[in-house]
Amino acid sequence: MLRSYLARFSRGIALLALCVIVSLATPVFLTSDNLLNVARQASLLLILSTGMTVVILVGGTDLSIGSIAALSSCLVAPFFLRGASTLQIVLGIILGLGVGAVLGFLNGLMISKIGLPPFVATYGMNQIARGIALAYMAGNITYGFGPTFRYLGAGMLYGIPVPVIIAAAVFLLFYFLLSKTVFGRQVYVVGARPSVATFSGISVPETMLKVYTINGLVAAFGGLVFISRLNAAEAGLGETFPLQAIGAVAIGGTSFRGGIGGVTGTIIGALIVTVLTNAMNLLGVSTLWQTAVTGAVIILAVVLDQGLVAQGVGAALVMRRNRRVRAEA
Amino acid sequence: MERAVLEMHQITKQFPGVLALDKVDFDLYPGEVHILLGENGAGKSTLMKTLAGAHEPDSGTIVVDGREVRIRNPKQAQALGISIIYQEFTLIPYLTVAQNIFLAREPLRWGMRGLVDRDRLYADSTAILKTLGISVDPRSVVSTLGVAQQQLVEVAKALSLNARILIMDEPTATLSDQEIEQLFGIIHNLKSRGVGVIYISHRLQEVGQIGDRVTVLRDGRSVGTYNVADVDINTLIKLMVGREVMEKADRRSLPNAPEALRVSHLHRNGVLHDVNLVVREGEIVGLAGLVGSGRTELARAIFGIDPFDSGEIVLLGKRLVATNPSLSIRLGLGLLPEDRKSDGLALILPVKDNVTHASLTRLFPSFILDFRKERAIAERYVRDLRIATPNIFRQVGFLSGGNQQKVVLAKWLATQSRVLIFDEPTRGIDVGAKAEVHDFMRQLARQGVAILMISSDLPEIVSMSDRVYVMREGTIVKELEGEDINQETIIGYAMGKGEGQ
Repeated sequence: MLRSYLARFSRGIALLALCVIVSLATPVFLTSDNLLNVARQASLLLILSTGMTVVILVGGTDLSIGSIAALSSCLVAPFFLRGASTLQIVLGIILGLGVGAVLGFLNGLMISKIGLPPFVATYGMNQIARGIALAYMAGNITYGFGPTFRYLGAGMLYGIPVPVIIAAAVFLLFYFLLSKTVFGRQVYVVGARPSVATFSGISVPETMLKVYTINGLVAAFGGLVFISRLNAAEAGLGETFPLQAIGAVAIGGTSFRGGIGGVTGTIIGALIVTVLTNAMNLLGVSTLWQTAVTGAVIILAVVLDQGLVAQGVGAALVMRRNRRVRAEA
Repeated sequence: MERAVLEMHQITKQFPGVLALDKVDFDLYPGEVHILLGENGAGKSTLMKTLAGAHEPDSGTIVVDGREVRIRNPKQAQALGISIIYQEFTLIPYLTVAQNIFLAREPLRWGMRGLVDRDRLYADSTAILKTLGISVDPRSVVSTLGVAQQQLVEVAKALSLNARILIMDEPTATLSDQEIEQLFGIIHNLKSRGVGVIYISHRLQEVGQIGDRVTVLRDGRSVGTYNVADVDINTLIKLMVGREVMEKADRRSLPNAPEALRVSHLHRNGVLHDVNLVVREGEIVGLAGLVGSGRTELARAIFGIDPFDSGEIVLLGKRLVATNPSLSIRLGLGLLPEDRKSDGLALILPVKDNVTHASLTRLFPSFILDFRKERAIAERYVRDLRIATPNIFRQVGFLSGGNQQKVVLAKWLATQSRVLIFDEPTRGIDVGAKAEVHDFMRQLARQGVAILMISSDLPEIVSMSDRVYVMREGTIVKELEGEDINQETIIGYAMGKGEGQ
């Protein structure tokens, strides 16, 4: 019983332990300023990895979210420049999300209709979208957005950063979608066993199309939040998005074989990564080393998650006991 | 008479829950074709696998060339001169014929590991193919060859290993008449060279065409070995079926009940041709036939997993010239697939999810799940079908085979289907669960559900069906009613009795 609870909350416990250790190591960690900072930093990753969770749940992956974010936000950035009307801003946001959804839909088409492996399809899309963004921007940067648009990524509401509120809303939406709707169920069946979905009258290609379209939309949304905070849009933005998001999902315990996991784990995964980076900054760890540490943590988390260590320890214990039993006999 | 090249005495093999081989005796002389006959699951393949080194018998002895041997792995079998050609080819499609023949034992250039002597590879292959009278270019890539030619390459490969005992598992299953002629020619050639051939077949007429002796297996036991000249086909059929026939007590005839499913002239290129059948409300219709006769393919085409090229389906009054699973389910058709672990259930998901997978849009038209409703449905079926599970949140993969099959049943009951196709409903489940599944099927039929039951288990077909269709080579060859529903008649039609003799 205790073990199953430990297993269920292991990620939460790991996050808590990490926070305790870091707060013992540096008093700055637990200040409200720093915590807000952590939340703000985590928010973008959270938005992106929420969409990624759904893709990984159907047994796929998406390497194109950074480029989709870049292309869609670069295309619509002029709508947000200082002096833009609210209507213009709303229109820009809708257009930007539309571009993301279309690119995601194309990913879905390549994967479900042509049958390309998700890695290949989205890798190709990544290059295409990036290339178009680079050509369109021709090295320029669009910057200087109006305060209304900047509120999205840099504003505060009741002392809480707006992007944090947005991320929470996205999380809740996806939590609802995955666990309380027919669509969510379909995602889990398709991921767990596509042939079972087919035999149950659930169209695997259709589900894939929806999932990748949603992820394109989320990527574009993440891009908008990002340029709003940065107050600038350029073609090279978001190159690290896909792998960061995939990492957070992995730490969050969603299975890469599909069908198991969810956004709750992903939140914790995203927080673990962010707290870790924050702690390393506070403790003065060179940024040159931070990447390596993050990578090691991802591997460690997945190893722990799959019970590999527990299995190894368990096997060793059994062997010892057997030896003892033999010795006694 | 010369000494037998192979003698098997009292071979017994137990698998969990089944006695696959029960004290089987079998022998083979050089230069003869010994045919092994039996229904699906009679133990033919298991017996051959003990020779190939895939299974070790629990007891009994194998004697090759007068010497008792133990065959623990395929390599040892090979060393003893035993080669087996499985139904599924083991050739590597992207390599040439010669590369396949000499796979993993290529002639080496200058005796150096890793350096293949291509000239000798092709010269030796040409020589082997020539002595066998096989006209295949050793340089052609296997994937470009037809099935028959691939089969011949398998034969060549087996014989290049100096096989003296050649086992062929249904070699003609996928061949055309002309190709069969060619294969038989080569088998005659082998006989004259003293090779002993064990030939597993499902085609009765081949017994007389190619066999010297025939052994019939039934339920893991050998029921006799005969000279082909001394035995006729009817005797062989009786021997294969043998067991007491369980008569269906209440075989019903419902010629006036409304038609629930009618299939007319259904055709799928190379798979199904001109299939016609009717299932009426309240009827259990058996669909018998050998494995590979097209029964599962027919079920998949009707349900809409695979497309069909022509013909039509009338499902509960709706005329369909194309369909898909979602449409079929909406109209009231369900399919319990043959392979429940692969197609029937998502093993890593809980019981309750699996129960509702096929009826999500019907149960939750607003697309929002109602957990209380779902729970009530899942718990009702767990209770009604007596599914042994600690709770409805348990992953299905943890349940026993019989209980898994009941979850599949629950899934299709939850859709409230009016027509159900059961594909091997009781395969691999224990006797108790089997009886329960049969009871539920009868109950459903009494409630007016039309049932089409595919089964390779002849007693199941005979005891459950109100009417029976027999399939063979992609089409329905016979409809049986009343008295005619017995194992001999069914297996006779399934094996093509009366054809090509």
